[in-house]
Amino acid sequence: MSKRWVAALAVGVMATVAAVAPAAAQMFPTRPVTVVVPFAAGGPTDVMARILGQRMSRTLGQSVVVENVTGAGGTIGVTRVSRSPADGYTLLVGHLGTQVANMALYRTVTYDADRDFEPIGTIGTNPQILVVRRTLEATTYADFITWLRANRERASFGSAGVGSMAHVAAILFFSQVTGTGGQHIPYRGTGPAMNDLVAGQFDFMFDQSVNAVPQIQAGTIKPLAITTARRFAVVPDVPTFAEVGLPVFELGVWNSLFAPRNTPQPVLERLHAAYLEAMADEAVSKRLADLGADVPTPDQRTREALRQRVRADMERWIPIIRAAGATVE
Amino acid sequence: MDIFANLLHGFAIAASPLNLFFCLIGALLGTLIGVLPGIGPVATIAMLLPITFNLEPVSALIMLAGIFYGAQYGGSTTAILVNMPGEASSVVTAIDGYQMARRGRAGPALAIAAIGSFIAGSFATILVAVLGAPLTRAAQQFGPAEYFSLMVLGLIAAIVLASGSVIKAIGMVFLGLLLGTVGTDIETGQERMTFGIPELSDGIGFVTIAMGVFGIAEILKNLEQTLSRTVLNQKITGLMPTLRDMKEAAPAIARGTVLGSILGVLPGGGATLSAFAAYSLEKKVSKNKAEFGRGAIAGVAAPESANNAGAQTSFIPLLTLGIPPNAVMALMVGALTIHGITPGPQVMTKQPDLFWGLIASMWIGNVMLVIINLPLVGLWVKLLQVPYRLLFPAILLFCGIGVYSLNNSAFDIFAVAAFGLFGYVLLKFGFEGAPLLLGFVLSPLLEENLRRALRLSRGDPWVFLERPISATLLAVCVLLLVIVLLPSIRSKREEVFKEE
Repeated sequence: MSKRWVAALAVGVMATVAAVAPAAAQMFPTRPVTVVVPFAAGGPTDVMARILGQRMSRTLGQSVVVENVTGAGGTIGVTRVSRSPADGYTLLVGHLGTQVANMALYRTVTYDADRDFEPIGTIGTNPQILVVRRTLEATTYADFITWLRANRERASFGSAGVGSMAHVAAILFFSQVTGTGGQHIPYRGTGPAMNDLVAGQFDFMFDQSVNAVPQIQAGTIKPLAITTARRFAVVPDVPTFAEVGLPVFELGVWNSLFAPRNTPQPVLERLHAAYLEAMADEAVSKRLADLGADVPTPDQRTREALRQRVRADMERWIPIIRAAGATVE
Repeated sequence: MDIFANLLHGFAIAASPLNLFFCLIGALLGTLIGVLPGIGPVATIAMLLPITFNLEPVSALIMLAGIFYGAQYGGSTTAILVNMPGEASSVVTAIDGYQMARRGRAGPALAIAAIGSFIAGSFATILVAVLGAPLTRAAQQFGPAEYFSLMVLGLIAAIVLASGSVIKAIGMVFLGLLLGTVGTDIETGQERMTFGIPELSDGIGFVTIAMGVFGIAEILKNLEQTLSRTVLNQKITGLMPTLRDMKEAAPAIARGTVLGSILGVLPGGGATLSAFAAYSLEKKVSKNKAEFGRGAIAGVAAPESANNAGAQTSFIPLLTLGIPPNAVMALMVGALTIHGITPGPQVMTKQPDLFWGLIASMWIGNVMLVIINLPLVGLWVKLLQVPYRLLFPAILLFCGIGVYSLNNSAFDIFAVAAFGLFGYVLLKFGFEGAPLLLGFVLSPLLEENLRRALRLSRGDPWVFLERPISATLLAVCVLLLVIVLLPSIRSKREEVFKEE
């Protein structure tokens, strides 16, 4: 075969690929897209996924169905997505806990957050708020520490499961402050855990602002401190951890959309475009902000920005969590 | 009053064209399967679960609920006209209803069944609305220990009130609980009892079990019997009951409604038990006992009112406490969880549209059923002539498509087939599927609350007896078991269920 023939063939193949690939992307999606939320319905991750999903379905022209696959600190749901066909029809909303902290916590992790997923974009970042049941005698952070020291044996705290952010924050908190803490009560998400905190079944919890703020505003639970650098506009009366003397405790839980690895590039781009359109919608960003989420700025909405964020957080948090001595069998 | 504002809100939701449509579909399907013996609401709802995945939760529940109470109407039609009760709950209706029909009074019998059902349905709707809020408030005070004990009580009561052997029912509950533990441990993420089969790592599918044990097994059982269906070829004349009929039926409807409403709320209760109890009560209080069995209109009115009231009030424990009192409600749990809604007190506060929309739709559905049933009686009776050799393969095919569409997995189809065979064996040996399904549905919740309660108490099992509400619930469990195992009551209980 002459060189010219080869060149022609190569051009032809490339042209076909170039022509077919966008066509496939234009066809996607032809059926409903499932977004797996690895925590219970009604919790922070769930609420954010539903806000984004509703708006994305308008762009995609297909319904976006949220499925709550719960348990084991979110690892069950994340594992499910990592093993799903990489066709763009099964997506994941994961967060700092599932994509980063679990890698340090679980001795045998069934997925690799960096390798097994393609980033799409961050929906919002939530500070965590230390909240206590309304009936607890302590009303300030200082009171609480005194109370906790005196009641180590009886104190109990809730979480979204072993290895969830609520759990990780508590472990870090204990390692910094009281050494030992209370009894851990895991739930399938902080949504159901919040119900029990409101009912006074356990004493305290570190929860993402999106889930805690409505209850704080309703006066059903008491906030003590927040993990932001400056005071938070939605709950201006709550002091930061730096103010109460715990400056290392500054963190934001990002909740982001991911697809399984090997998802075709055009499909990823189509999903990212739908994500961008949703995030650009005032109604979406306002709703997220009202709930107490920090919405990413336009330059933080690229897929690369999310990839970097996952890697940077792995580098920052994995040693800290390991140092705190927490593992899950 | 809040209740009226809420009910109004519910009617606004239930009266949307889409929801009206699904309500009608549910009512029609319910009547259809109610008319056809051999296919009950449990099997139908189990088979329709995959479809509801793509519906809004409210529409899905409205349709499924319509099937349940629609079947109570449909079942009575064939019971009266053909002496072939379409449903277990209309078995007693056939006793006097068919006698009335033979005397040429099929019209009034059908009319009184529909009227009684409608009155009972309306009353039950209001009852669900009124009881919803206080029960929900009570349930919100429940901690893990109370929930655990409540679920134990639910399971025990279901065993005690169900027909058949207590020991066998307990065995089925435990089997259901065990099947529910297959999958991944919710706290540690370890796989349990999956034998390395990846399809099992998420647990056994609820639809798979329900469809197999109820749908397929029921069809297999029906294949054994050669069902002879001779339709009473007789014109139905004079639909309207006479004034004397009404006078006789009115108190029976009232008693049936109240009794049915109460029994519906109890775990293990529901439509069937309500109908039996109402008939026995009517027979006891009636002035002319001799009439019973020979076409007493009270003998039609009472059980028909009771089964419909019971069908509807059995939604109360499901919607307020999250505890399904019978197999149909267990399926509703499945339908809700498919949509990410955990049944329980939070449904009313977090999903008010669903809660009140469903309640309002029940009343609308009852109106529809009266309209569907009375003028169309002839049509429904004709349906009995559809041969089973066409009906059964169609249902099986439909089951296969439905279960495959859930996960696009052939494994699920084999699993349904396996559970179908298993369910058939169970039927053959006199084991009931309902306690199995209840155990299976409650298993994850039971485990979660048990572990949580023990964590809160730092491993001290006495917590279940130290907390007063929990202790009371457990005491009732013990009491129920003692009562049912007492020899004198045992023989009486067997007698009651013999009529079935």
